[in-house]
Amino acid sequence: MKSVTAPSIVESSSRRTPSFDVARVRLDFPALQQRVHGHPLIYLDNAATTQKAQAVINALRRFYERDNSNVHRGIHTLSQRATEAYEQARSKVQQFISARDPEEVVFVRGTTEAINLVAQTYGRSHVRAGDEILISGMEHHSNIVPWQILCEQAGACLRVAPITDRGELMMEEYERLLGPRTKLVAVAHVSNVLGTINPVEQVISLAHQRSIPVLVDGAQAVPHTPVDVRELDCDFYAFSGHKLFGPTGIGVLYGKAALLDEMPPYQGGGDMISSVTFAKTTYNRVPYKFEAGTPHVAGAIGLGAAVDYVSKLGLNAVAAYEGDLMSYATDALSTIPQVRLIGTAPHKAAVLSFVIAGVHPHDAGTILDDLGIAIRTGHHCAQPLMDRFGVPATCRASLAFYNTEQEVDALIAGIGRVIEVFR
Amino acid sequence: MTTELNELYRELLLDHYRRPRNHRRIEQPDRQAEGYNPLCGDHVTVFLKLDGDVVKEVTFEGSGCAISTASASIMTETLKGRTLSEAKAIFKKFHGLVTGESGEIELGPGMGKLEVFSGVCQYPARVKCATLAWHTLAAALENADAVVSTE
Repeated sequence: MKSVTAPSIVESSSRRTPSFDVARVRLDFPALQQRVHGHPLIYLDNAATTQKAQAVINALRRFYERDNSNVHRGIHTLSQRATEAYEQARSKVQQFISARDPEEVVFVRGTTEAINLVAQTYGRSHVRAGDEILISGMEHHSNIVPWQILCEQAGACLRVAPITDRGELMMEEYERLLGPRTKLVAVAHVSNVLGTINPVEQVISLAHQRSIPVLVDGAQAVPHTPVDVRELDCDFYAFSGHKLFGPTGIGVLYGKAALLDEMPPYQGGGDMISSVTFAKTTYNRVPYKFEAGTPHVAGAIGLGAAVDYVSKLGLNAVAAYEGDLMSYATDALSTIPQVRLIGTAPHKAAVLSFVIAGVHPHDAGTILDDLGIAIRTGHHCAQPLMDRFGVPATCRASLAFYNTEQEVDALIAGIGRVIEVFR
Repeated sequence: MTTELNELYRELLLDHYRRPRNHRRIEQPDRQAEGYNPLCGDHVTVFLKLDGDVVKEVTFEGSGCAISTASASIMTETLKGRTLSEAKAIFKKFHGLVTGESGEIELGPGMGKLEVFSGVCQYPARVKCATLAWHTLAAALENADAVVSTE
């Protein structure tokens, strides 16, 4: 396997998407410049977490070296700087997802916490015994378990809209399941296992026709496609910073202001209050009502830097480049007779799940790692989906805009090696 | 391939993966336990027929990766005819071998095939694959109808 060389990449990618200079983009990511087991690292586990741009690392450094302080309470210069940078990050996120107002952006630990927050605040105050929550058959455990917990607490019932063999949501079934007892719909924008891009506009409008609010799990969507929450008209949108080239431990819950306003707080503590006496506490306004305790200030600032970086690249250019790379990879994988792709919807983003006949995904993962190729193997926190496709686990190669056709070629060669070992 | 990888996927191991021995259920077992690795979805059931404190027959069912399947297969071959205390002692040695925690291990008579797993200690993420069937067997010996999980 040859190390990737800049000129050839520019040539091959400029053939289709001349605006995207992947060789230059790769230089922005220090972790990509390493060798693993003697081979150049080929990082294809972006659906698990992405590598970090130098600009993000610099923002974290700058905060800790210069501006480190607590937010929203100090009168001193550093605290003002930290507060300003933290709130600036909120505004960056607001613009990034086209929210109406920065107060609609709540900083949380990640998508998981965002969904739990909605389940335990909006859910606890609206869902009663006999009510229903509707999700899809391709959800990540983080968009299943918080609703199961809520259903258990409230005596409600979790309903699941089924999916086709290609990995698409069955829209008629979905519509049929929207009933008078449905109190909330929660659905992935992009599946972390199948890569399917769900028709969330339609999902939302069908629910809204019945006045049912919708939460969209956007963890796998925001790194790959422009998201406009006002255009979608979703009620809640959740995503994680670390899958968007930002730090771990920071994520976003977008909520429509009117909904957030009337929701009870999630956790109690500092920063989420206006006044406290032993008799009564008045809560702070949104979003602070949901940000109890010292937030992940550096993380939010790092996420702001990531949003800046991605916005500068342009998500339309990213989507076009990744679209070409996905077709290239899908075609290449389809040429290997032993490989079966799991998830063959026509509208897909960045994720290729597959199984190799006669080879357990774990073994494939170990052999590919030996070649410097990082993929994910296992159930990808989506066991019900594994059951749906009758496999205990899959191999998953997930792409980002810094991946190249040469890397896909190396993956294909690596799979050839796997097949050879198990022949 | 690196030397470590060649050490991991040796021919004997691949052979037991492709043609696992004693890969069937025992209809009326004296002991049985189920083992599960939630991280990779691997699943194994171990069945035992005892004659006093001697393992008369040991079999397994389930699906898993090459390492977990070969480990279950070679385990059944190694333990047949052993006393329960011998089986426990062999598991202890095997555990030391795959974790690399016990340094140089001397395998006793009839235990030679276990040596094929000596490469596993270079792959900490795969130790659980190698030990799943053994932990399940240990659970079966402790308590009939047990379910064990690696996590």
